[in-house]
Amino acid sequence: MSLLHLLVLSPFILALFIPFLYKWFRNVHTGWFILPLPVILFAYLIQFVSTGPGLGFEPIMETVPWVPSLGINFTIYLDGLSLLFALLITGIGALVVLYSIFYIANKKDEPLNNFYVYLLMFMGAMLGVVLSDNLIVIYVFWELTSLASSLLIAYWFHKEKSRYGAQKSMLITVTGGFAMLAGFSLLYVITGTFSLQGIIEQSQVVIESPLLVPTVLLVLLGAFTKSAQFPFHIWLPDAMEAPTPVSAYLHSATMVKAGIYLVARFTPVFGGTSIWFWMVSLVGLITLTWGSISAIRQKDLKGILAFSTISQLGLIMSLLGLGSAALYYDVADEGAVFTVATMAAVFHLINHATFKGGLFMAVGIIDHETGTRDIRKLGGLMSLMPITFTISLIGLASMAGLPPFNGFLSKEMFFTGVLDATALEIFNMQTFGIIFPIFAWIASIFTFLYCLIMLFKTFFGKYQPEKLEKEAHEAPIGMLISPIILISMVVIIGLFPNIVSYTLIEPVMNSILPGFEFEVNLYHWHGLNTELFMTLGVIVFGSLIYMNLGRWQETYFFLRERDPLNQVYDRGLDGLITGAQGVTNVQMTGLLRDYFAYMIVFMVGSLTVTMYWFDAFTFAVDPNSLASIPPYAAIIIALTAAVSLSLPFINHRVSSIIVLGVVGFLLALLFVVFRAPDLALTQLLVETVMVVLLLLCFYFLPELKKEDFKPRFRWLNLVISISVGLIVSLIGISSLALSNTAQFDSISDYFIENTYELTGGKNMVNMILDDFRALDTILEVLVLGIAALGVVALIKLRFKGGEDV
Amino acid sequence: MELLMILLIGIIFSVSTYLILTNSLLRVIFGIIMLSHGAHLLLLTLSGFNEGAPPLLGEESSVYMDPLPQALILTAIVISFGVTAFLLVLGYRTYRAHETDKLDKLRGHADE
Repeated sequence: MSLLHLLVLSPFILALFIPFLYKWFRNVHTGWFILPLPVILFAYLIQFVSTGPGLGFEPIMETVPWVPSLGINFTIYLDGLSLLFALLITGIGALVVLYSIFYIANKKDEPLNNFYVYLLMFMGAMLGVVLSDNLIVIYVFWELTSLASSLLIAYWFHKEKSRYGAQKSMLITVTGGFAMLAGFSLLYVITGTFSLQGIIEQSQVVIESPLLVPTVLLVLLGAFTKSAQFPFHIWLPDAMEAPTPVSAYLHSATMVKAGIYLVARFTPVFGGTSIWFWMVSLVGLITLTWGSISAIRQKDLKGILAFSTISQLGLIMSLLGLGSAALYYDVADEGAVFTVATMAAVFHLINHATFKGGLFMAVGIIDHETGTRDIRKLGGLMSLMPITFTISLIGLASMAGLPPFNGFLSKEMFFTGVLDATALEIFNMQTFGIIFPIFAWIASIFTFLYCLIMLFKTFFGKYQPEKLEKEAHEAPIGMLISPIILISMVVIIGLFPNIVSYTLIEPVMNSILPGFEFEVNLYHWHGLNTELFMTLGVIVFGSLIYMNLGRWQETYFFLRERDPLNQVYDRGLDGLITGAQGVTNVQMTGLLRDYFAYMIVFMVGSLTVTMYWFDAFTFAVDPNSLASIPPYAAIIIALTAAVSLSLPFINHRVSSIIVLGVVGFLLALLFVVFRAPDLALTQLLVETVMVVLLLLCFYFLPELKKEDFKPRFRWLNLVISISVGLIVSLIGISSLALSNTAQFDSISDYFIENTYELTGGKNMVNMILDDFRALDTILEVLVLGIAALGVVALIKLRFKGGEDV
Repeated sequence: MELLMILLIGIIFSVSTYLILTNSLLRVIFGIIMLSHGAHLLLLTLSGFNEGAPPLLGEESSVYMDPLPQALILTAIVISFGVTAFLLVLGYRTYRAHETDKLDKLRGHADE
């Protein structure tokens, strides 16, 4: 157990105390108790940040055994990549907690304890995902983040839409999680280890395995659902029902980046293969374009941000895919050129967390202070909310990719990355490579466009107080601190980009593309190159479209906000529920006969199949081993058969009881024939009591009626009954034949030899029951006692009035 | 003899299954009684009918019938007696409570 283990577990431990703290200190906002934790964790983690080029720390690995026999250990692995994510989780976590203290008021009916328990659960789980080395542990934490996310989306669970969004995110991300688990299992099959570092060492084995394609697809399914990649992105817009601090934290800065983390983590394993390259980069590219185009028709500010997040995640994903091509080449060879895409991905990841976190918080402020997020109602807030306006302006400029903010730098690098990718001469890139710059450029135009929409519709134009629920005013200072910090990061990184280059980006690059030589040097002016012209084109076209936007406002495209893919999900869910109900209705008929029929048919079927499978049906009974048939025995057997067969046809209760008694007494006779005196005696005794009991009981019971099931049932019942008799007979004959051929030593010989010596009795059956298996017999008496108690209780217990027993 | 017995056992099993699948609670109980009869006979038959004496040591015989299956069946007879008695009273009680012994009327409520 190291400090790093404690770091992962500490949020869970704190969560245990939250309900008590909430109850005892009712007047203090519970958030104040949470705030120190992420701050401390962040301060602890910051020590690992490297101070200069090549001065990064050696990766740390600490193991605590969990299920060592299955290769599952709680192993912490801290390298550049995990460090970056851990810093994001704790850093943004601290800011979000601070923000939430002012966002969610400490009111009577506000279950703050729930909120912070879920939030801490998420923080711990997310730290677990990025700091674990063992795939199974990653999976466990991964699903925990899905659970926490779902609970937080449904925080205001009295709202229908919250519950819908929570269910949707749960279903989609957990489905992906399952697929990922399957992928992890395949990796274990291939490599024999659950350790990520162990798998990275064997990446050559993985790449050459015939299971490569299914493994890649399954692992990516987990990553794509979590990171809201097309076509699984539909859960993210609905997740915006969560309180805004949650959206800022989980649904833009951290949880949705878990998929990015997974792809980055697995790049050293799968990178350099064609399937990985195309899947990651193409899905990312589609998501980027789809998200940015969908964003411009949203009317809800958080809806715009949600689609913008989808699109930016697609951008990072696509860059990671392009960058993975570098691994196709030998280390330090020409491949190093293509690492710029990966670098852009990492840099944009950091930038996105800063500007998008700030923007979400700004939107939360607008929502909080005006009561709406609808851009049709908002407008003219610039003078009323100057600080929020400044925050939003910088955040949006960065997101749109304008200098001198950090978004511009990563967007330029993004263009460089896609342009470099066209120079690739592998994976059919000569023919298809050109789609990357084209789509990237189109998506950037739309990104610029929705940034303009957000800015102008909210802060410019006419202020419409009659449409707002509250009088708009600037937020309290506490709420502004967090977005101001994030937005200053945007400016600082924009102006002095190299403060993150050696501290954060280089160690991350070493984790994703181990062994490559690259230079991390970020600057604004690259000369008059293609990238700059692309940016200028984006600004020109974006502004042109914005000016003409009014014309298209009433078109079909703009009026339909909901993603068309939602219909697929809704129909699928409806179909699933209807289908499940249909299946239930078919099997759960409430009729005892049907349940018996299912059980019997299943047993007959499985017995037949098993016997047939192992070729166990045999009829080679040795005629010499069979005993001869004395005439009296034949008569008794025939009589028993005839009486039994008559039983179903009797419709008179006393007759049927007597017939049943006759069968019992005939059985006793058969026991005599087979020289089993004890059995015969017992059977006689039991049968006598039984008949008396039946007669007593049936005095109160109704007359038996002719069987009144549907004719279809009767024939089916007949077929089922005959097949049962047939299979029992066949098994009986087969086992007789088996006892002829396989000469087993009977265990009964032991009893025959030892009974007298050990027990002093001569009746072997009795001695087995009373001496050798005495404990069983005592328990048998106990069973009889319980049955007797039950009988007495059922008869003696009086009916209460109206009781439905 | 064994083959004849197996035929009888098959018949008993068929009859009991048919009874269990009927609509009347009493017939279901009959079916269960018959089912245990069939099982007892099957166990005894499969232990073989060699020309042995009853499993009593005083018989001065060199070969005895197999005592172990007999012991098992003895237990089974007693247990099935207990179960049957309980089922009977349960059936009686059900009839008193619901005034019917038809299983298709004892289906519970639609919302269950």
